[in-house]
Amino acid sequence: MTSTSNSLIRLTAAEMSAKLRAGEITSVELTQAHLDRIAAVDGTINAFLHVAEAEALETAAAVDRSRAAGGTEAESLHPLAGVPIAVKDLIVTKGQPTTAGSKMLEGWMSPYDATVVEKIRAARMPILGKTNLDEFAMGSSTEHSAFGPTRNPWDPTRIPGGSGGGSAAAVAAFEAPLALGTDTGGSIRQPGSVTGTVGTKPTYGGVSRYGAIAMASSLDQIGPVARTVEDAALLHELIAGHDNKDSTSLPEAEYPEGRLPAFVDAASAKNVAGLRIGVIKQLQGAGYQAGVLARFQEALERLRENGAEIVEVDCPSFDYALGAYYLIMPSEASSNLARYDGVRYGTRVLPEEGPLTIERVMGATRAAGFGDEVKRRIILGTYALSAGYYDAYYGSAQKIRTLIQRDFDAAFEQADVLVSPTSPTVAFPLASKLDDPVAMYLNDVATIPANLAGIPGISVPGGLSEGLPVGVQFLAPAKQDARVYHAAGALEQLLNDTYDAPLWAQVPALEEVTG
Amino acid sequence: MNTTTQAAMDAVEPLSFEEAIETYEPVMGLEVHVELNTATKMFSSAPNAFGDEPNTNVNEVDLGMPGTLPAVNGKAVESAIKLGLALNCSIAERCRFARKQYFYPDTPKNWQTSQYDEPIAFDGHVDVELDDGEKFRVEIERAHMEEDAGKLTHAGASGRIQGADYSLVDYNRAGVPLIEIVTKPITGAGRRAPEIARAYVSTIRDIVKGLDISDARMERGNVRCDANVSLMRPGAGVFGTRSETKNVNSIRAVEHAVTYEIRRHAGILSAGGSIVQETRHWKEDTRTTSSGRIKSDADDYRYFPEPDLVPIVTTKEWVESLRAELPEPPAQRRRRLREAWGYSEAEFRDVIAAGLLDQIEETVSHGASPAVARKWWMGEISRLANAREVEPAGLGVESATIVELNELIQAGSINDKIARQVLEHHVDGEGSPADIVRNRGLEVVSDDGALTAAVEKAMAENPDVVEKVKAGKLKAIGALIGPVMKETRGQADAGKVKQIVLERLGRNS
Amino acid sequence: MSEISRTDVEHLAKLAHITMTDAELEKMTNELGVIVDSVKRIQEAAGEDVPATSHPLPLTNVFREDTVGHVFTAEESLASAPDAEDSRFKVPAILTEAEDAVTSSVAQEGAHR
Repeated sequence: MTSTSNSLIRLTAAEMSAKLRAGEITSVELTQAHLDRIAAVDGTINAFLHVAEAEALETAAAVDRSRAAGGTEAESLHPLAGVPIAVKDLIVTKGQPTTAGSKMLEGWMSPYDATVVEKIRAARMPILGKTNLDEFAMGSSTEHSAFGPTRNPWDPTRIPGGSGGGSAAAVAAFEAPLALGTDTGGSIRQPGSVTGTVGTKPTYGGVSRYGAIAMASSLDQIGPVARTVEDAALLHELIAGHDNKDSTSLPEAEYPEGRLPAFVDAASAKNVAGLRIGVIKQLQGAGYQAGVLARFQEALERLRENGAEIVEVDCPSFDYALGAYYLIMPSEASSNLARYDGVRYGTRVLPEEGPLTIERVMGATRAAGFGDEVKRRIILGTYALSAGYYDAYYGSAQKIRTLIQRDFDAAFEQADVLVSPTSPTVAFPLASKLDDPVAMYLNDVATIPANLAGIPGISVPGGLSEGLPVGVQFLAPAKQDARVYHAAGALEQLLNDTYDAPLWAQVPALEEVTG
Repeated sequence: MNTTTQAAMDAVEPLSFEEAIETYEPVMGLEVHVELNTATKMFSSAPNAFGDEPNTNVNEVDLGMPGTLPAVNGKAVESAIKLGLALNCSIAERCRFARKQYFYPDTPKNWQTSQYDEPIAFDGHVDVELDDGEKFRVEIERAHMEEDAGKLTHAGASGRIQGADYSLVDYNRAGVPLIEIVTKPITGAGRRAPEIARAYVSTIRDIVKGLDISDARMERGNVRCDANVSLMRPGAGVFGTRSETKNVNSIRAVEHAVTYEIRRHAGILSAGGSIVQETRHWKEDTRTTSSGRIKSDADDYRYFPEPDLVPIVTTKEWVESLRAELPEPPAQRRRRLREAWGYSEAEFRDVIAAGLLDQIEETVSHGASPAVARKWWMGEISRLANAREVEPAGLGVESATIVELNELIQAGSINDKIARQVLEHHVDGEGSPADIVRNRGLEVVSDDGALTAAVEKAMAENPDVVEKVKAGKLKAIGALIGPVMKETRGQADAGKVKQIVLERLGRNS
Repeated sequence: MSEISRTDVEHLAKLAHITMTDAELEKMTNELGVIVDSVKRIQEAAGEDVPATSHPLPLTNVFREDTVGHVFTAEESLASAPDAEDSRFKVPAILTEAEDAVTSSVAQEGAHR
């Protein structure tokens, strides 16, 4: 790898955009630099399940031609045109395989593009490929991928978080400047936290879910993964908006000012004077690593020094959030995953013995096509929805949801944004929690409440503990996504000043690791 | 699936209907599925069309592809509200869709999007008119929206599900909007239960047709009926175990299926047996039902609110604006038209049975008299349609054409017989009646020269007839008309022939 | 300790159409028991008077125009089918009858003993 391409991939997306527009670099150079980086390090990281070299370069070359043509053709290019992007393999793409990290969909080619993919194609961003994830996004470590785990660029013996470990690791390892993720219980934010990257879960409905393979419909959201808050805001602005194919997507008129807020402006304000920041009492203390809490307190201190008003808020129902989540999510997932039966698409497995009937073929297909964690959640969800248990489980969980929303409503009376550590721990070693589902589920304890309430959240790097990234999470009321960009952008700046450099710049040189 | 007991029960001879009804009181529950005639499906923008090449009226949503989401067809919702209003139902102020979960290859997502505890319409009634004009009120429990399933074809020697080697699935029908109308238990019907069932389904068909929300063609499955039947001892107060006869797909079959189930239940109960709660299948050829799937505790549909869709809220304004669009209720319309047209009970019933009420009404509105409109539609048009094995309405005869034909007759340009030929030529695409008459030279021979010559020839050849007429037997002229018609190839006006004969004989008509 | 028995799990696996070996059923019963025990305390927190929230945001009445959009050719529909014949998806023999009224084709063509 040349030093030029090495410096290209370390630019932020905003810088890449500026250099492309100024004609200092071409999209082909930029895209090729990332493809080279993938070739060099992805053997170690395993962030990508599919690399779309030819397609990415083709898109890049076309953007370069438009830019060279000048006039309206060049002027009408989107600011992110020519900036490459990686797409979580839960989001369907025409012409590239989509597996959801599952053997069930191995080899499946979607006949349609997700709405967000249509948008990034319309903006003419070269799609580098599809990133690894826990099977059907079920996991917090990317170890549940049917295609092997992704490794954390900060320490390849550790997990990159999950389910979107592939997108986060790709961005942290400079394999892509931007990526798309999905967040059902923290799958964008928790990987962001443990890889030292930025990830946003938008307000539920803020981004169309059409084409995101569903895990839990009432919790799933697509969001941006980036190295800086501004980059995340840039991508968020591109993918946001109402989609008539997703009935739960928010019409623009629903936002406070009747239109999509300017996330980039909010990210660039970098000023917290007078901002009321609520520290959630329930999301700290027991269960959180000391190093995580130390970085979190330092971050609060920086914010307070710079004029933010730090208050503590009490959200008692959060104690039940994990329980409610692990009933609602599997219930909806058990239903959403019923379609994988070997009839219309994907894998079909015949029973090894006995009569060949469709019932037995479905059973064998689902037995072989799904991994253990997926089966666990399907069975749990089937249980929670079954006759006689619905009220006790699914019904009760939906009530907890109401209580959590009420807690948030009360908290946002006292504070403009709320803050907590994103994840209770730094990246843990591979395989260390694989045999203990409940311990694995605890990783999501701080991120889940936002999904249950449908509110926006962001994870932004808050420093290192034991040489591993710690994330800080900001939450805002529904449709006030601009506020999380405002707070996160400011904290990012304060910490850059503290550490003299962005945290992500400290990621070890992976070439050395690969030898 | 079938237990020995059940097989034994099936072997019991059904009681006669008379015996059955003397001993037991039937209780019915009718579930009617109506396929809507929207342009697109319930939750996708793929076309809602019948009879196309398999798997060509689908997109990723209908195939349940990963990542797809449903989007509700607003017109289907309005159709459901209109139907609810026509059934005198309350319209839910707020309702939701739910997922009904079960694995089956014709169900692309392995759940059916339906409504569970929140139907869009509930608590209604419909008055059905029986053959003798008596009214019976059927109470409606609910009407809810859902989607249809795909179509399975079983390959193998039998062509049936049992013993098939494999099955083929066409998802064209998957996602077609359905409204399911469920009655409350129909009690007190006694011996009229089968007739009431028939009249009810027929009334529902007329209502949805009148609302123009469904093509309502039972032979295409646009309207399908499941009939629940149980028997109880009079005054018992507790319903017996019911059977559910599925997909009875003609008005007559509904009556026959209910009759048969009453007889079958009575046979088993009288023999001291008990009814198995199961689905039954209607067999048209033998007019009997056969055992299907036994209801089991293992049925667990795990309903839950469809999280991909948002609730429907009906404002008063919306409902009232839809109510304002409702057509006149079918029963009321019939009464009005029968009185206005002056048809006899029998004539009117025939028109209804032929399904030609709309056509006759339109023809009358174009200026034809009710009698003329009925004569054409129930006569020649029906005959032609029958010969060509199509519906009368499918022949493409416009009201204006009938009016034009009638005017040609009135003007004496053609006679009835020629008019019928003209109609057939018109159906064959030869143009307007006037064009056909002109092009084919069918105009009645009114030119006195040619006609007089023909009359004279006939008189000369039939002197005995001429004598009779001379003797005052004017009716005998009829015997001369035949030969004249023959001579003029049918193009003579009978009145004119009579006039000429009398003139020749020096008599005034 | 747990209220979930192996028989329950067997029933759930059947409902979910996942074939499981005895060892898998055993393991799943244990795991499910632990998970259910850890989540079931939510029942105590949700009072009678608390309404259920199924949608995070209170949108209502989102409807689509009744206008035909894109449609697949039979070839496109069947492009990823594991098996197909005659423009249709091919599946092995179906043993049980449809559970629902709308699956009329089976009822019409089937059920002869």
